[in-house]
Amino acid sequence: MSDASADSDGDTAVDPETVEHIAGLARVDLDEDERERFAEQFSDILSAFETLDAVPEIEPEPDLTNVMRPDEVTESLDTEDALRNASETEDGQFKGPRVS
Amino acid sequence: MPSNGYITETTIEGAEGGPLAGKTIAIKDNISTEGVRTTCGSAMLEEYVPPYDATVVERVKEAGATINGKANMDEFGMGTTTETSAFGPTDNPAAPGHVPGGSSGGSAAVVAAGDADLALGSDTGGSVRCPAAFCGVVGIKPTYGLVSRYGLVAYANSLEQIGPLAPTVEEAAELLEVIAGPDERDGTTREPPVEEFADAADGDVDGFDIGIPTELLDGADEDVVARFWEAMDELEAAGASTHEVSLPSVEHAVEAYYVIAMSEASSNLARFDGVRYGVSGGYDGNWNDAFARAREEGFGEEVKRRILLGTYALSAGYQDKYYKKAQDARAWVAQDFDEALADADVLASPTMPVPPFELGESLDDPLQMYLADANTTPVNLANLPAISVPAGETSDGLPVGVQFIGPSFGERAIIRAGSALS
Repeated sequence: MSDASADSDGDTAVDPETVEHIAGLARVDLDEDERERFAEQFSDILSAFETLDAVPEIEPEPDLTNVMRPDEVTESLDTEDALRNASETEDGQFKGPRVS
Repeated sequence: MPSNGYITETTIEGAEGGPLAGKTIAIKDNISTEGVRTTCGSAMLEEYVPPYDATVVERVKEAGATINGKANMDEFGMGTTTETSAFGPTDNPAAPGHVPGGSSGGSAAVVAAGDADLALGSDTGGSVRCPAAFCGVVGIKPTYGLVSRYGLVAYANSLEQIGPLAPTVEEAAELLEVIAGPDERDGTTREPPVEEFADAADGDVDGFDIGIPTELLDGADEDVVARFWEAMDELEAAGASTHEVSLPSVEHAVEAYYVIAMSEASSNLARFDGVRYGVSGGYDGNWNDAFARAREEGFGEEVKRRILLGTYALSAGYQDKYYKKAQDARAWVAQDFDEALADADVLASPTMPVPPFELGESLDDPLQMYLADANTTPVNLANLPAISVPAGETSDGLPVGVQFIGPSFGERAIIRAGSALS
């Protein structure tokens, strides 16, 4: 991938190819205008995020404990309700895009 | 509705009797209502009809309230103005021509206009408190774990809570009483030390110690700062004392908040692929390509921006640089608040550093928009409760809000402080 890199001011520069790569990972298509606009905006936003470099390493308080319960079968949505919002269903199942 | 406060108007009658009998309530449109569409302000979910009620919706119905509509909001809660809604912007009834704040802008606007007695919003980085401040109403962001998130469409799970909006502190506290408490369907809810809140709205701040973080006043609008100090004078006249505190960590809160919220959003919003719900576009072929096209059509620009930035922050080679540092900042902010609250009953600041923007004024520069959340985001990072109460107007007649921040499960303290401002 083409990568974000620091320019001479130490700011993060993002090019439209990097945006395109990230959009691929995120499964979101973008048009060319969006790619270019996002590249410019991401440079600003990521430069702001760089200020987190100044944050010291912190040991968070270890107050997390696992809470367990027995796994019991209870009433849940019936199939019809669960499928009600799907654009396509077949034999009580969700139907995804046709591959070919 | 000329102000466009509702995405969907409806009438869902509550139970007979109960503490909210005779009251109407608007529900933010990212909180599930059985049989009534719940869009999250997104074209992606324009036709999504939940098959079940959120826990908070069950509770307000049992308490006797009548739900009169699903309130407009920034798409998936991502915004500070309600202008990113796919259903158009909402006007501010307290300052026509200005934004109502966001992301729960519809909830605050319909309460301010008197179209609903009460409303529920959700607050991930200020989304209840900002619109409360901009519309001149009261809004509470509860301690993380006080209110069930079951049925709330997730944006950033580790940060968000559902909270009440109302014309007065007492009414907001009454609604909080109804929705608070553990829920077996949300494993992050906890048994709170107290569940009575409304009787804390007694205005009695005699002997109260209020800490004022100086960092949250730096760079704020002059009129906003003036109204803030007048509010502090009022509390001192009622017997409270104030002292300044320094919270160096909050200088990094906005950046840490956005890294964490965007990272969580990039994962949470992966479910919207048009197969189980949401617009599908009807594309065939390679599934990743089909989903990418459906998501291009279904999501607005701010949502795409946050999904992409979150994906970037979590991608190989960048996780330590962004996500891990943001978690360090989050722990640091929590420590700073703990220390400051060891010497104070509550902390106080302006809710928003600026008065409401004009409609359409602020959409072009996302970074400037994010920075407006400087005073609200630290509270979510620290999992603490906070309330925004009206504190007068700027010289241009725009509403100003003051925020009180309390210790974990210290809702009674912030309600008491807020109720002392008339």
